[in-house]
Amino acid sequence: MEKIQLICIGCPMGCPMTVEMEDGKVLSVTGNTCKRGDIYARKEVTAPTRVVTSTVRIEGSETGAVTVPCKTKSDIPKKDIFNCMQELTGVTVKAPVHIGDVLVENVAGTGVDVIATKDIQ
Amino acid sequence: MKHDLIILGGGPAGLAAAITAYDAGLRDILIVERDKELGGILNQCIHSGFGLHTFKEELTGPEYAARFIAGVKERKIPYVLNTMALHVSPEKEVTLMNRTDGVQTVKAEAIVLAMGCRERSRGALNIPGYRPAGIYSAGTAQRLVNIEGFMPGREVVILGSGDIGLIMARRMTLEGAKVKVVAELMPYSGGLKRNIVQCLDDFGIPLKLSHTVVDIRGQKRVEGVTIAAVDEHNKPIPGTEEEYDCDTLLLSCGLIPENELSREMGVSINPVTSGPVVNESLETSVPGVFAAGNVLHVHDLVDFVSEEAGAAGRAAAEYVLAGSVDAERNEIPVKFEGGVRYTVPAKIDPKFVKEAITIRFRVGAVMKNRIVSVWMDGEQVSKKRRQIMAPGEMEEVKLTREQFDAHPDLKELLIRVEEV
Repeated sequence: MEKIQLICIGCPMGCPMTVEMEDGKVLSVTGNTCKRGDIYARKEVTAPTRVVTSTVRIEGSETGAVTVPCKTKSDIPKKDIFNCMQELTGVTVKAPVHIGDVLVENVAGTGVDVIATKDIQ
Repeated sequence: MKHDLIILGGGPAGLAAAITAYDAGLRDILIVERDKELGGILNQCIHSGFGLHTFKEELTGPEYAARFIAGVKERKIPYVLNTMALHVSPEKEVTLMNRTDGVQTVKAEAIVLAMGCRERSRGALNIPGYRPAGIYSAGTAQRLVNIEGFMPGREVVILGSGDIGLIMARRMTLEGAKVKVVAELMPYSGGLKRNIVQCLDDFGIPLKLSHTVVDIRGQKRVEGVTIAAVDEHNKPIPGTEEEYDCDTLLLSCGLIPENELSREMGVSINPVTSGPVVNESLETSVPGVFAAGNVLHVHDLVDFVSEEAGAAGRAAAEYVLAGSVDAERNEIPVKFEGGVRYTVPAKIDPKFVKEAITIRFRVGAVMKNRIVSVWMDGEQVSKKRRQIMAPGEMEEVKLTREQFDAHPDLKELLIRVEEV
C-alpha cells in the first residue's frame, strides 16, 4: 500500500490530506474537511492535469508585439507539460492573431490544441 | 479643454469604471493610459485563474482584459494611450503629456483614480549586499518574459511568496530556468494555496517560510545570495545561513498603491492601505474624485477590482449628472475590532447607500474558526462563520438598504471578528 501526501487547493484552509493507494486504486482519502478535498485528491493522484499557459513568437505585428500569449484549450496530463513547452519553443506565428485562433494543433500528442489568448494586430 | 469624467488608468479598474459611467448616462468620458495599449497589468498576466466570479469561467489575464476592452470599444468611449498624467490639481485640472500633443491641461468635472499599484522595490526592503545586475521585481521579470520575450536569467532565487513570485517561479521553470528556492519572511505565504501547489510543489521548488535574504554576492551580475532563518521578530538567526549560487534574484514582497497624483491634489490617504480614504460612494476627501481597484487597496482577485470600479464609475456619473448640488453629508466611521486591519469604505453616510453596499477588509494574521458579525447601534444585524481567515485573502460583508432603513439615525457601525 502506498501513502501520498497532498495539500488541498479547494480553499484557503489548505487541508493536509493523505491518500492511501494500492495497484493504482484509491483506498481512502483522509485529512480533508469537506467533499471538495476528496474529489480533488482522487483526481490528483490518478490523473493529474493542468492548463498550460505560455507565449509563442509573433512576426509582422503592427503594434510591435513580439510575443502572443497562448494556452492549451483544455487541461492536459501533468506529465506532458514539458513536452508541450518544448514544442511551443520552436513556434513562430504571423500577425494578425485573434483570441481563440489555433496556434498549434494536437500539442505534444495530447489531442489538445494551443490557442491564442490575445488579439494581436 | 474639459471632460465630464476623466479616468486615470486603463487597466481593469479604469475599464470597468468607464463602462458603468457610460451606462449610467455619461458620454463625455476620457480614459488616460500611459502604456501603448489598454488592459494594464493583465496583459502580462498570461496565466489563467481570472474571471471565475465575474464570468463563471477561468480566463487568462489578456482574455479577461479583452472582454472589458470590447465593452469600452462597443460604447465608443474615448481613450488616449502613451499618455502620462503628470499632475492633478485640487480643482481637478489634469496635466497630461504625450509625444504628439506635448503637455496639456484638461479640466474634469469628476475623476476616477484607477492608477493601480506597484511592487515594493529592493530599496524599500533594505537588503544588504552589492547592487549588481540581475535583481528584478517579479512583475518586471514577468513583463520581460511574457511581453518582451526574453529570459532575465537561468538560475533563480525568489524572495517573497506573493502570488506574482509564485507565478514567476512556474513561468521561469517552464521556460527552462532553474528556480532554486522561494524564501518568505513571514511564517505563512502571502500567496494563494492553489499557486503554492501548482507553481511550486508541481516542480519540486522548495518554499522556506520564516527565511530571508541576508546577502547578495556579485559585483557586475548576481553570483549568489545568502538566505537565513529569522526569529519571531524577523531578525536573522546567526548560524542558519545557506548559500545559493544564482544569477537572478526576483522580489515578490508586496504591492503599494500608486498615489502620488492623489497626494498632490490633497486626497487623504489611509496609512494602513496606502490608498485614499473613501466613503460609501468610493469618493475620496476631494469631492468628485473617486477611487477603485489597486490604487484604493491591493486586491487578490481582479473580479473584485472590476466590481468595485463599477461602483466608482456609477457614483462618478451620478455626481456629474446631479450637477453642483452640495448635499449635506452625515458620515459615520466604519468601526472594526478583533484583528481587522482596515475597511473600504472607511466611512458611510447611510442616506447615500443604494440597494446594498459591500465593505471589504483584511485581517492581520491567520485565524481559524471565527465569526464575522456586523453591529448597528449595538444590535447584531448579520453574522457568518469563517473556517479560516488569512491576511492574503480579502474578506467582505454586504449590507442592504433595508438594514440601514431599520436603523434610522444610525450612530455606530461595527464589524467584529471573534472566536466561535
